[in-house]
Amino acid sequence: MKNSINNAFKAAKKENRPALISYTVCGDNTKDKSLQILNSISKDLDIAEWGIPHNCPTADGKDIQNSSYRALQNGIRLNDIFKLVKRFKKTKPSKPIILMGYYQMIFNYGEKKFIRKCKVSGVDGLIVVDLSFPDNKNFAKLCMKNSICFVQLIAPTTTVKRMKEIIRSSHEMIYMISTISTTGSALKYSIKRIIKNYNFIKKIKPSKNVVIGFGITEKTISNLKSADGLVVGSAICREITRSLRDRQNPVTNVSKLVRKLKNKII
Amino acid sequence: MIKLKKKTPLIDQHDKFGFYGNKFGGNYCAETMRKPIEDLSKLFEKLRKDRKFLKKRDNYFKHYLGGETPFFKLENLTKHLGGAQIWCKDVSAINGDAHKAYHATVNALICKESGKRYIAGDTGAGMFGKNLAMAAKKMNLKCKIFMGTKDISRQAPNVKFMRDAGAEVVPVDSGSKTLVDAVSECMRHYVSNCDNTHLAVGSAIGCNIFLKICAWSTSQISRELKKQLIKEFGEIPKLKLINVIGGGSSALGFWNEFIEYDKKHVELIGVEAKYAAPLSTNARVAILHGAAQYCLTDKEGQIAETHSLSAGLDYPGSSPLHGLLKDSGRARYTNASDKEALAAFKLITKLEDIRPSLEPAHAWSECIRLAPKLKKSDVIVVNNCGKGYKDKKIYIEQLGYYPK
Repeated sequence: MKNSINNAFKAAKKENRPALISYTVCGDNTKDKSLQILNSISKDLDIAEWGIPHNCPTADGKDIQNSSYRALQNGIRLNDIFKLVKRFKKTKPSKPIILMGYYQMIFNYGEKKFIRKCKVSGVDGLIVVDLSFPDNKNFAKLCMKNSICFVQLIAPTTTVKRMKEIIRSSHEMIYMISTISTTGSALKYSIKRIIKNYNFIKKIKPSKNVVIGFGITEKTISNLKSADGLVVGSAICREITRSLRDRQNPVTNVSKLVRKLKNKII
Repeated sequence: MIKLKKKTPLIDQHDKFGFYGNKFGGNYCAETMRKPIEDLSKLFEKLRKDRKFLKKRDNYFKHYLGGETPFFKLENLTKHLGGAQIWCKDVSAINGDAHKAYHATVNALICKESGKRYIAGDTGAGMFGKNLAMAAKKMNLKCKIFMGTKDISRQAPNVKFMRDAGAEVVPVDSGSKTLVDAVSECMRHYVSNCDNTHLAVGSAIGCNIFLKICAWSTSQISRELKKQLIKEFGEIPKLKLINVIGGGSSALGFWNEFIEYDKKHVELIGVEAKYAAPLSTNARVAILHGAAQYCLTDKEGQIAETHSLSAGLDYPGSSPLHGLLKDSGRARYTNASDKEALAAFKLITKLEDIRPSLEPAHAWSECIRLAPKLKKSDVIVVNNCGKGYKDKKIYIEQLGYYPK
């Protein structure tokens, strides 16, 4: 297994801060623009997540839905995404990139072909929102075989027994969903409760890198600094929407936002 | 070819991961939903064996939904077409005007048993929404109905029912603004509120437990029909059971008791809308709304847009159970266009007293095509699963009138 994701966490830990992880939708609002955004924000990022747009995203809130819609309107296809990943990795080979999407897109492309393409394009990890434990066992193995980190999710509703099984079968990174919601809604739980859940997961296996996502914004990010990593997605997508609406450049606006986010956790 | 298991109810033919025939169904959902659907599965498995609960269900079916729905011969249509005998299982005579009444009532009962106070459901034609709203009111539950804005406008009479019953109708304005988007939005609502809300999926679709509850509820139709057939014919005659397919909930209910019969004895025929026809047009298997199923997609795997005059059929997917019935060869599937459904409505209402909604008008269309080719000893039964009042405006627009 190559260690780009682990290294990113180690580097952040050395600086005594959580890893900053962005989520944007590949192809939002165009193929080139989405790459420009990622290139521009990557200096402040530890890991980049790129969404594979799907037109029936049942776990996403309005902001990511809008981003996916724009990307699809502009004709993004899975093969384009692999090409864009390759272009990104060419200039930033050590920056880990994780693709995130719904299983239908992988199923339709063919699991094996999909993984092979991920590998040759330089994808470091995968998050498949609707392929949960134990249904993901075979797919996770396939990822492992190809040195791709399969990131599993743990939700506030996940039972302790299940949590242990998920952690046992997980690779180097685990994604903790902060609150019972789709992406991008406000945090329903207190910061204290989220941190408590986080610590509970960490205690089960301290060596896993656990990141917190869903509902993380400029306002909440500094309170969650103690995590191994923090994912900001909808807040960034919202900024792209706002920029496009106000006829401003999303690249500069999103870069400013990510810089601000970074400043809040150092 | 997939083989159906003998002596196992259709809904129980899945493996431990929720797959039918290793191919259809499953639980493709967000981690957040796993625990709530597991809890719901446990509750449902307990309740379906619980005599007290079954008695409660039967009481509701009898006294609240009005009991057995009629079964009768359409003498004029039979004579006019000059082939098979044509019979009608008039499920639209139920209090609630469609088979969705069974499914909505059972979901409200389960919600009550689970101790949750909120219930949320999706609807296309508004039949499920209306029935869920009424059941929720009856059982003192707070109800939210998700409905595409296109459907809200074309099925206005049902929307009024929902609102009058005190339900909140949530307009869904994304994508094609129809059922597929309403189901997605309703699932998102559930992901965000699964701690206090029961999800009532409007058809036999979704993660394993949702399609099981649905098909279990509507199977009341075939339990009644079996008795009515024996009363009428003294046995189960050589039959063709014709049913419209949107998601496929009414057909599963209409066919359930007849699955084990040989297909030469009891043939099962499903009729889709022509431009929303994954089962009859060799669509690929795709994952939609939590389950693998025959589903219309584009090359890239994005879910395709559908077109039907009928809001209840305007859906790109199909129940995983229909995938199973198709691949096992137990049922066959065909389709009818808007035009054919309208022509069927015209003929049926000219000759008979029933007023089908646009959805069963598709089934009637297949009956009209098929009957003249068959013998007098053949019996066709059509599930007239919805009342036409909700489509009055569309019928008037398309045909220039709505019969009395």
